[in-house]
Amino acid sequence: MPFNTPTSPHQLAPTSITRVMMLVILALIPGITAYVWFFGWGIVVNICIALVTALSCEALILKLRQRPVLPFLSDGSAALTAVLIALTLPPLSPWWITVIGVAFAIIIAKQLYGGLGYNPFNPAMVGYVMLLISFPREMTSWIPPSALADSTLGFIDTTMFILFSTLPDGVTFDALTEATPLDSLKTHLALGNTVDEVRAQLGLDEETSRVLSVIPIFGAIGGKGWEWVGGGFLLGGIWLIYNKIISWHIPVAMLGSLLAASLLFYLIDPDHYATPMFHLFSGAAMLGAFFIATDPVTAAASNRGKLIYGCGIGLFTYVIRTWGGYPDAVAFAVLLMNMCAPLIDHYFKSSVFGHKKG
Amino acid sequence: MSMAPVKLWDFHGGIHPEQNKLQSTLEPSSPAQLPRKLVLPLHQHIGEAAEPVVEIGETVLKGQKVANANGYVSAPVHAPTSGKIIDISEYPIPHPSGLSALAIVIEPDGRDAWVEYTPDQDYTEKNPSHLRNIIREAGIVGLGGAGFPSFIKLNPGSQKKIKTLILNGVECEPYITCDDMLMREDPQSIIEGLHIMRHALQAEECVIAIEDNKPEAFESISKAAAGLDGVRVALVPTRYPQGSEKQLVQVITGKEVPSNGLALNIGVVCHNVATAAAIYRAIHLGQPLISRMVTITGKGVKRPRNLEVLFGTPIEELLQQCDAEFDQIERLVMGGPMMGFALHDIALPVIKTTNCIIAATREELGLDRPVMPCIRCGACADVCPVKLLPQQLYWHAKAKELDKAQEYDLFDCIECGCCSYVCPSNIPLVQFYRFAKGAIWTQEQEHKKSDQARERHEFRLLRIEREKQEREAKRAKKKAPRPQAASPKAPPVDGATMATKMREEAISQRESAAAARKTEIQAALARVQAKKKGTAPKTDEPPAADSSTSPAQKSDLDKTDASSTDSANNQQVP
Repeated sequence: MPFNTPTSPHQLAPTSITRVMMLVILALIPGITAYVWFFGWGIVVNICIALVTALSCEALILKLRQRPVLPFLSDGSAALTAVLIALTLPPLSPWWITVIGVAFAIIIAKQLYGGLGYNPFNPAMVGYVMLLISFPREMTSWIPPSALADSTLGFIDTTMFILFSTLPDGVTFDALTEATPLDSLKTHLALGNTVDEVRAQLGLDEETSRVLSVIPIFGAIGGKGWEWVGGGFLLGGIWLIYNKIISWHIPVAMLGSLLAASLLFYLIDPDHYATPMFHLFSGAAMLGAFFIATDPVTAAASNRGKLIYGCGIGLFTYVIRTWGGYPDAVAFAVLLMNMCAPLIDHYFKSSVFGHKKG
Repeated sequence: MSMAPVKLWDFHGGIHPEQNKLQSTLEPSSPAQLPRKLVLPLHQHIGEAAEPVVEIGETVLKGQKVANANGYVSAPVHAPTSGKIIDISEYPIPHPSGLSALAIVIEPDGRDAWVEYTPDQDYTEKNPSHLRNIIREAGIVGLGGAGFPSFIKLNPGSQKKIKTLILNGVECEPYITCDDMLMREDPQSIIEGLHIMRHALQAEECVIAIEDNKPEAFESISKAAAGLDGVRVALVPTRYPQGSEKQLVQVITGKEVPSNGLALNIGVVCHNVATAAAIYRAIHLGQPLISRMVTITGKGVKRPRNLEVLFGTPIEELLQQCDAEFDQIERLVMGGPMMGFALHDIALPVIKTTNCIIAATREELGLDRPVMPCIRCGACADVCPVKLLPQQLYWHAKAKELDKAQEYDLFDCIECGCCSYVCPSNIPLVQFYRFAKGAIWTQEQEHKKSDQARERHEFRLLRIEREKQEREAKRAKKKAPRPQAASPKAPPVDGATMATKMREEAISQRESAAAARKTEIQAALARVQAKKKGTAPKTDEPPAADSSTSPAQKSDLDKTDASSTDSANNQQVP
């Protein structure tokens, strides 16, 4: 009676890529909930469009590359990329923005490099940056947090607008949208106002802000609404660390270095540099730290390497936000550090058992 | 003396796989039935295979030596029961290669009659080397699964004092419970064996390590060890692969065994509990190693339990005794699920290293998981007890970049399987490392061969040149008294005689000029080595060393043998 004789181990842990990816998507739920609460249903519609696009593109390319479609489609990686891109888009982006961004991410940034596990750059960030560079107007037209908006759209109206660009009577697109807090701050600082002036002006005097065609978008610590979204992602991220889906190294290093850099400049000149908390809880800092920078495929491998990698992202984020051309910088910072990951891996290995000197 | 709790240290990584130990501990162990036929492979241990000292047709008694140790790293084999030798030829053996090897087949006569043996109770009077000899002659090898001849690991050699003797009752692999049952049922033999080992090593202190998933064993051993001076029992938190020697040494002493080194180098020696019991039987009762406790388990058997099994017993008969459902068995594993290897046949015999037989069913294994690409998640690095970067190793092994794989310390891998276990992509990582190691070994063998060939060639040129010179010198010398003797035109006349003559001459000359030539050879060797400049591994000994080894060289060889095999030894996780 001959048996098969595969090599050990003969027992495997109950884990799979699908499980890992699904847990990550699950961990996004608190953040997404806050998103919907403050920015309306647009994000949900975007996620749906992105999912359909991502899975279709993935299936198509797998077919063309003659790879098994089902195992790869069900691994959850394309779905995660789709959700992440949707989270970076303005909630009222027209459907084609989402489709182009996701298709670019899946086809160009992921599959053309060899698919799952072989892409040197984070596909979601490549898709986002491509959109940001190609369609700057669409990509910067955010809607304000619901409490501040002149008018808000329901689920049906949002869907109609995203798909057909039709708005209910009496609502104009300009009335719905606003620049992000990071963007506003940047613009006003560029005009020579101090941080507090911008905040005070925007927060206290609604009339003035209307004249200046901005509305009070700053919350208690970060951007209004944004701080809650960021908090949601923080919560999900901690849950992922607790469940050992991601390690603490990259998020801690990234947020730590961002905190350190912003604190340093804030202490030097609080008039012209935003507070550390503003940096941590605005834009994509939290999402980036826990869900994007931690993408294992494109990050450094060893624990020391991860610390360096995370620090790099945090510092680049601060530099680009403060002195660069784009208000939010996480995507650029991640891509820059993606390039460095192989180098970091080369130089930062762990010390192997029994190789201690002395 | 009150037992101070043992301070424990941590080791990196590790996993907590499902234990699956309970099912085989539900009933006490019992002796397996006497099989119809015993197939005794001569290679049941690490090192050279034993050499038969019996002939077909001979009758043997239980405990009678049927094969002699062959070389230093080797172990003799004894008849597990009385009977008749009916065959000595190649049989399939339980080995990952699935190959056949020489085995002695015994047909039991049913009397189970012991050979005359002499108990030797006052071992403390004896010289440690005398003890080691008895242990060697009793065929005792590491019973944790590695099978390294135990007497070698009872020799402190020229090393400094042995500080700690660790008795390994960790048994960290899932399913296996043979050490657990032995510790529960026969703690006294283990403790007696420990005393003998301690005497042989003159060890300062002893620690018996038991994982906390074996509370009964811990209690039983603690009771037996109570009040003994310098013997402590450590309850260590369950984590695989804690039973691996280097990891256990770290947990107990906090020290890392150096890469390429031995525990001995840091004053620690580690033996399995079952080995201790076997040593007790060898010294106190005079009985050689002819049987062992084997766990028969897995969902393929309805009555999983531990059996005391004579070596050579076919696994099939053991499965029958445990009510196996043969049609349900999908895979047959010898050893644990993490490091054991799959057997291709149920007719294979139990050998000295068989600690466990798992008859696994399909559902139990969770087979057929698709292998996905590596997503570099690093889960493997988190669990690696050696702190390697398994994914980098994997990339390099896959790309056959063997030098890079070695840069990432491939050979420090103990093949514990933690990385494969946690891999969400189900990549058979360990298989890649085995492949890479194998490829490197083959490469080195080839280097060695080509180096030797080159050396031989250079020697030959050297010899021809020298012989020519010597002949000419001789001729010149002989010219004066006997000018005609060696005329250059001789060869065509009688080629054969001339050639013999020349050969004889050359031999006699060689003998006379031996001393001078030796220095010449050494000079040539030095040149060859300089040319090689470290491209090949240790092959620098002249080929002559193989055939005629001086005692000094021999002990040297033994040492290198011991250290090279020890890495394999360490890889086994009891």
